[in-house]
Amino acid sequence: MKKTRISDILIFVFLVALSFVFLIPIITVVANSFKDKFSISQTPFVLPNSTTFSGVENYINGIADTGFPSAFFWSLFITLSSVGVIVLFTSMTAWYITRNKTRFNKTLYYLFVFSMIVPFQMVMFTMSKIANLLRLDNPFGLIFIYLGFGAGLSVFIFSGFVKSIPISLEEAAIIDGCNVFQTFWHVVFPMLRPTAITVAILNTMWIWNDYLLPYLIIGSDYKTIPIAVQYLKGGYGSVDMGAMMAMLVLSIVPVVTFYLTCQKYIIKGVAAGAVKG
Amino acid sequence: MRYASKRWFSVFVLPTFVAFSIAFLIPFIMGLYLSFCEFRTVSDANFVGFENYIRAFSANGDFLNALWFTVRFAFAAIIVINVIAFLLALMLTRGIRGTNLFRTVFFMPNLIGGIVLGYIWQLIINGILYNYGYSITSNATFGYWGLVALSSWQMIGYMMVLYIAGIQNIPTAILEAARVDGATPLRTLRSIIIPSVMPSITICLFLTITNSFKLFDQNLALTAGAPAKQTQMVALDIYNTFYGRVGYEGVGQAKAVVFFILVAVVALLQLYLTRSREVEN
Repeated sequence: MKKTRISDILIFVFLVALSFVFLIPIITVVANSFKDKFSISQTPFVLPNSTTFSGVENYINGIADTGFPSAFFWSLFITLSSVGVIVLFTSMTAWYITRNKTRFNKTLYYLFVFSMIVPFQMVMFTMSKIANLLRLDNPFGLIFIYLGFGAGLSVFIFSGFVKSIPISLEEAAIIDGCNVFQTFWHVVFPMLRPTAITVAILNTMWIWNDYLLPYLIIGSDYKTIPIAVQYLKGGYGSVDMGAMMAMLVLSIVPVVTFYLTCQKYIIKGVAAGAVKG
Repeated sequence: MRYASKRWFSVFVLPTFVAFSIAFLIPFIMGLYLSFCEFRTVSDANFVGFENYIRAFSANGDFLNALWFTVRFAFAAIIVINVIAFLLALMLTRGIRGTNLFRTVFFMPNLIGGIVLGYIWQLIINGILYNYGYSITSNATFGYWGLVALSSWQMIGYMMVLYIAGIQNIPTAILEAARVDGATPLRTLRSIIIPSVMPSITICLFLTITNSFKLFDQNLALTAGAPAKQTQMVALDIYNTFYGRVGYEGVGQAKAVVFFILVAVVALLQLYLTRSREVEN
């Protein structure tokens, strides 16, 4: 039986206070999204009252200004498709290049690792010109580009795990008459599943929130949520603070919902993804 | 062992390789070359040698200011984030009641995107400063500490999770032995916990350094560089050089190459320094 120590009680009180500090920004934004737009900037820490309460007006204005439903759809479509494509193709690639150590494959592996530290600005201009030239400037082309950008981290994580799988299982499958494709799908991929969840979560967190890449590639025709939020700031002389608050809340709700339902996997995935580094 | 024959290459590797080439490899090589050229689009390049690099530093002080601001920001952010994250990890590995709930709360901001984070903190900081007659763009110091606060709020939870994983990996036998031998908590921390979590420290430093240097969305949303570009970080300066005015594409690309080399050198140096302190356990 563990006895409760004084220091533990003090730490507990401290953590409660700190949790509150961590939640203040989110609570503030939610509260302000229900205030009329003129009473937000100056008194953000005052809860809405009978004179400042504006109901869902901010939400109606914000949705009308930004086209939020369509932004939500594109964000969801691009994120889900890209993550699916990344998990599928990079797991195959990682397994293949880890098991076939030709000079080309080894070089490719190091290029994938190398790409992780290169800042986006290095390839930003040339990449968006090439994407334009190849007609990749649409949501489907963007998914393909995300495969290229996501490949570095994803191949790296998958490779780290493939190295720990005993090769004898794959040999047995080959001897039993599986071809390479069947061996991967029926023997290797099931063992990669926990890693696949890690890769999926890390890529989801990145792609859902990504602003600059989709803005440069498809921003003028298709808005994702971050682009829609930024548009609210850029598109007008003065920002409608009410609409802005409502859009911030609408952007946070899907993320927090995703987090609270998949929390176990997210935290595990984040920890597992880093250990391999 | 090479049982996967050549013909499977096109199924397993080719799609990823083509996407990787188009999104990264080719643009990277073109970017290196174009940094020595004058160009508007990518097809009208004229070789000009190091002129872009010279102009990047001499045309105006923007780039040097942005570099200096980025380094100062990264320095503060890396220390604040890692110290707080590590302390929280220590507190959350003692079996205190509510540990899971605390972890959930501290990690949550990490899921929110940079643009949204920027506007949330703009509201908070402006709300506080309004009482004193200022706003976040009236003084670069406000923007600086605003960015530090924002990044801390965003990244502390992530690093905390990594430190928790590191601390939980320490064999309890070692900690028991230290306790039996009469080691004080501080001594245990210095001689056992910190050396054992060096791999976590390596990865956390690596992630905070690269993330802090590359920060863009948060910078754009919080201050967009105001006042007078004083809070503009390197990534935003490069973006503005490319898209701000015509004729500076080459300069933007040269800045990007310098930026890439800076990030690579700092990241590799840090990996080398902390890796050498890792112990086998």
